[in-house]
Amino acid sequence: MNPSRKKIAVVLLLAVACVLPFLSNNYWLDVATLALFYVVLAQGLNVVVGFAGLLDLGYAAFFAVGAYTTGILMTVYQWSFWLTLPVAMVFAAIVGVIIGAPTLRLRSDYLAIVTLGFGEIIRILAINLTITGSASGIYGIQRPSIGGYVLGGQIDFYYLILIIAVLAVVAVKRLGTSRIGRAWMYIREDEDAAEAMGINRINMKLMAYSIGAVIGSLAGSVFAVKMSAIAPLSFSFTQSIMILLAVVLGGLGSIPGVVLGAVLVIALPELLRSVEDWRYLIFGAALVAMMLFRPQGLWPARYEMKRGARHGETEEATEGGSGNDVKLDSEKCNA
Amino acid sequence: MDILVQTLADGLVIGAFYSLIALGYTMVFGIIKLLNFAHGDLYMLGAFVGYTLLSVLGGDSSGAGLMGILIVLLLTMVIVGVIGMGIERVAYRPLLLAPRLSILITAIGVSLFLENGSMIVWGAQYQVYPLQLSHDGISLLGAKITYVQIGLVVISALLMLSLHLFINHSLYGKAMRAIALDQTACHLMGIHVHKVIGLTFFIGASLAAGAGTMAGAYYGTVNFMMGFIIGLKAFTAAVLGGIGSIPGAMLGGLLLGMMETAGTFIFGGSWKDVVAFSLLILILVLKPTGIMGEKVTERM
Repeated sequence: MNPSRKKIAVVLLLAVACVLPFLSNNYWLDVATLALFYVVLAQGLNVVVGFAGLLDLGYAAFFAVGAYTTGILMTVYQWSFWLTLPVAMVFAAIVGVIIGAPTLRLRSDYLAIVTLGFGEIIRILAINLTITGSASGIYGIQRPSIGGYVLGGQIDFYYLILIIAVLAVVAVKRLGTSRIGRAWMYIREDEDAAEAMGINRINMKLMAYSIGAVIGSLAGSVFAVKMSAIAPLSFSFTQSIMILLAVVLGGLGSIPGVVLGAVLVIALPELLRSVEDWRYLIFGAALVAMMLFRPQGLWPARYEMKRGARHGETEEATEGGSGNDVKLDSEKCNA
Repeated sequence: MDILVQTLADGLVIGAFYSLIALGYTMVFGIIKLLNFAHGDLYMLGAFVGYTLLSVLGGDSSGAGLMGILIVLLLTMVIVGVIGMGIERVAYRPLLLAPRLSILITAIGVSLFLENGSMIVWGAQYQVYPLQLSHDGISLLGAKITYVQIGLVVISALLMLSLHLFINHSLYGKAMRAIALDQTACHLMGIHVHKVIGLTFFIGASLAAGAGTMAGAYYGTVNFMMGFIIGLKAFTAAVLGGIGSIPGAMLGGLLLGMMETAGTFIFGGSWKDVVAFSLLILILVLKPTGIMGEKVTERM
């Protein structure tokens, strides 16, 4: 797609998103709102997993940090919603650094397990602490207002999260093409080489982790006021997995891909409503099939690479698929 | 004193389960450097297959004798072992050369598949194990230790001992150790690498299934989500002992079981998972090689 046609497509998509509330019923509007939440969350995780290559299996923890910070500040201390946003973001960034600083020296699998452990710890904390309302969570979170207008209806929240989703997409896109973004991708491709080239990998990873956390917490804050009640159940491991699935399904590091993935992850189960029990089973199978047949996702990221180089890469990947050669390439192990 | 002994005894039983599951993690990791996320679900599957076999073969109550239980245990281990091999064949083998992220995500997919498949087959609610174990036991320094607990620990110990002998004294065990060192070289030396990897999955899965069946009988109820947390803890045990090391996994499991029981006693039941996970993070951060591990983390 050439740039001008791409622009037209984006504008069209935005226009459709803007008029959607007037075209659909409440049910599908709710689904669309949820999909937009996932767009934000998936973009946040995209920074962590897609750009920097840090497999985070506890991403829902940051969603929880945002939701609980907003929830507690608004119900206990009667803060305005808008004031809780920056606090939640700062708090999430701090939590990101606290988790990241000691653990980001670890690589791939180990990091995945550690983040998983942290996600579980945050969830168990939420269940057991009094300030988080134990297992029943926090309820009665007030509606936010702008001037005198109270955001109360479904449509209001749809637009609120739409704005945040657009902001998140733009921010992540710009980050991805910035100097920092290129450093992340370098780290993802080859950590040791990146470090040898003068990239401070720990700092860069920490930055990716914290930025991802901030974006996740933003979604969490909005989630808290949208639902007006939050419970630990919303921040489980399954939630983390679904967000990761959105990123992987769409294509790691690919902005439009991740948006598509987020929409699919929400829309497909809704379409599969009639087979409720089978939803996650199908997802599990789809995940395996995706990795086997299309490991780069539905809409893979395109980097400034020559055609030949790309071709070679995919060929290599399929060669691995046939699996006669059992050589474990150390370079690939690091990816 | 009696509390200390009781904690040790209870911890030993849980620890034995952890050790059995941790062995699968460690073996698979040792041989193909994969964290098999679905491993905890094989434990769950073992519990359910054992449940079904007992329901079918043993009637509804305590009809199954000791021999019957052992046969069910062995059958379950074989069935789940074959499933484990199948998973390796379908989901992991094609990705041995792919980036690590792909294979890890595949493992998560398999885990989702197994959990929700079990939910569909056996239902989402807790199932009561069709087996009543006696609560008779002996008193030791004021603590009550049941025969069942002793039996479970003995069976676990036997399983671990036979694994130890198998790894160290059989030809296949030798092949496994060789592949863990250098896969390419083994391939060139004429070792059927995939076959040995399949065998590793078989053994790992069947040990987890054995633990699952025993845990089902011990706790009395099984649920499709039971594998997730246990799998995570068994992984903690494997890391604690030093991932890739077989004696390490056994030791790590027992230590974790006892620490967790102690943690439950000190902080209360709702915090015991936090104890385990905090421990995991601390070990990974401070000493990623674990107690008996070799320096393999550098490669990752």
